[in-house]
Amino acid sequence: MTYKNPPTTPRKSATFDDYTLSEIRRAAATGIYDIRGGGAKRKLPHFDDLLFLGASISRYPLEGYRERCDTSVVLGSRHAKKPIELKIPITIAGMSFGSLSGPAKEALGRGATLAGTSTTTGDGGMTEEERGHSKQLVYQYLPSRYGMNPRDLRRADAIEVVVGQGAKPGGGGMLLGQKISDRVAEMRTLPKGIDQRSASRHPDWTGPDDLEIKILELREITDWEKPIYVKVGGARPYYDTALAVKAGADVVVVDGMQGGTAATQEVFIENVGQPTLACIRPAVQALQDLGMHRKVQLIVSGGIRNGADVAKALALGVDAVSIGTAALVALGDNDPRWEAEYNELGTTAGAYDDWHEGRDPAGITTQDPELMKRLDPIAAGRRLANFLKVMTLEAQTIARACGKNSLHNLEPEDLVALTIEAAAMAGVPLAGTNWIPGKNGF
Amino acid sequence: MPATKLSRTAAHDPRVFDLDHQSLRELNQALHNLAPGSNETAWEVLNPKGSHSVAVGVDQPVAIDVRGSVGYYCGGMNSGSTITVHGSAGPGVGENMMSGSITIKGDASQYAGATGKGGLLVIEGNASSRCGISMKGIDIVVYGNIGHMSAFMAQSGNLVVLGDAGDALGDSIYEARLFVRGKVDSLGADCIAKEMRPEHLELLQGLLDRAGVTGFKPSEFKRYGSARTLYNFNIDNADAY
Repeated sequence: MTYKNPPTTPRKSATFDDYTLSEIRRAAATGIYDIRGGGAKRKLPHFDDLLFLGASISRYPLEGYRERCDTSVVLGSRHAKKPIELKIPITIAGMSFGSLSGPAKEALGRGATLAGTSTTTGDGGMTEEERGHSKQLVYQYLPSRYGMNPRDLRRADAIEVVVGQGAKPGGGGMLLGQKISDRVAEMRTLPKGIDQRSASRHPDWTGPDDLEIKILELREITDWEKPIYVKVGGARPYYDTALAVKAGADVVVVDGMQGGTAATQEVFIENVGQPTLACIRPAVQALQDLGMHRKVQLIVSGGIRNGADVAKALALGVDAVSIGTAALVALGDNDPRWEAEYNELGTTAGAYDDWHEGRDPAGITTQDPELMKRLDPIAAGRRLANFLKVMTLEAQTIARACGKNSLHNLEPEDLVALTIEAAAMAGVPLAGTNWIPGKNGF
Repeated sequence: MPATKLSRTAAHDPRVFDLDHQSLRELNQALHNLAPGSNETAWEVLNPKGSHSVAVGVDQPVAIDVRGSVGYYCGGMNSGSTITVHGSAGPGVGENMMSGSITIKGDASQYAGATGKGGLLVIEGNASSRCGISMKGIDIVVYGNIGHMSAFMAQSGNLVVLGDAGDALGDSIYEARLFVRGKVDSLGADCIAKEMRPEHLELLQGLLDRAGVTGFKPSEFKRYGSARTLYNFNIDNADAY
């Protein structure tokens, strides 16, 4: 019997892991960067790294089903004659008609309206579907200005000047030829079938001083009625928030890197911008330093998935959150019922992110008439409303347990962090200690 | 600009706004309050002194004479009114205009007619950089020269320049048509000189007529537009960006 030396187990590189190798091969074969939808998929410090303390001897709770816990929020009271009043502090983020189908936009409007909140247009103009089915609709003012017109500005309930988004701070919109149908092309004044790559900067203003003048123009056009939001990607949240306030914003929207996009480069999504958790405290700090906290409202988005995330964001000083990816999942995105078709596209339910290709089995991120039929906007709207109500109930459950009769009474003191990173980012103590990294002298 | 003799004064006529004594808000609100078919069709703005957002979002077919120079976004999102600025205009004049017309007797700063969807913008002096940026159907006629990066990502509409154009004209242009009579310092990515066919000569003559230009023939102009090579991404074109 021959003795064989024991072999070592084959070992793959942590640096050159399977995904990385596959991407190198894909790039070499195709000569184009990887484009996908969604937000950052890498593991990041997030709300999961925070815990609520709940009540104890020094804090007493409210009765779960008997004592009121307010969830309402008013957005835009700084300058607007007609601020937005929402029943819940969870809004629907901007997503374009073009990236989404008409029925999907309708479903978002229906769900938001049933739940007492607002929805938002996107980089493609306002459609009748969403205006008609959204009690409160925020109209985005984007660098591309596709479909922008004064009539829609006036029939919006608020205006959101989009400077950037979390998935791609510094990047413009992208909608590839497969999704530029006749209707999308007409709304955007573009030839059908071209690859549309929107500008990353606004065409008629640059910098905070210009922004102030631009906001004045929008207010004058709409007779100072509409709240004006300024949305930024999670780049420099302290300064971006302060500058937006200086420019006259009623509401600042900060979108962290987990916030989704319809399509952009994978390298952009995963490597530019900061996690949502890292953006909140600097943004709140900027408002507090200016004496504008709760006067200018702060909306945060990017990876909000449940009522606990809502409660944690509010405890850190946010006025409302916004959801995009979670709303699409509630409509039916990435549903395992379409697994066989996801497999045909070379992916699996839960991982499908080639929204730009327009072949979405769930019929949401597509302009294909046959696929679009798969989404029933009434049923999907109901699912979204259910989800929003569950999130709200969950947040209330936590708030009552912390003794709060309003979600907005939650505070950083109610939280601890499970990791040093999260403690430093959120500015709350590491669990079991009174240590907040970066504060208390070290 | 020389002072213009006025036939009316703000003290006597509610359609004359003196921004020395009345606010921009009052002016724009009065213009927005106009009902369709109103007989109050002639308006005058005195002492604009560089005010921003003069006569923005007007959506009735009225005439507005602005006696002096304006700041940013004069006539922004104009829908149907006829605005004449008897002076120069700051950045973004006529931005996102839908219809109607705006005439600037002097010069215009950056981004004139940006993202305009329709109507006619006439600049009787020079226009600065990024004139007609992202234009989406507007017609722009400039008597003088235009600056660099003009008609960047221009999607639709016509830009006519009687003088010269700066660098990178029509960079990443889509389907807008550019007519330049003088020299062009350089063309931007995917913008090329194109043949002036009879329909273009006819189109250009119509634009010159609408803008009140006389003494120039369409045949003196060159036409520029998209080569359409960048409409669908190809890695081998990456050097063009």
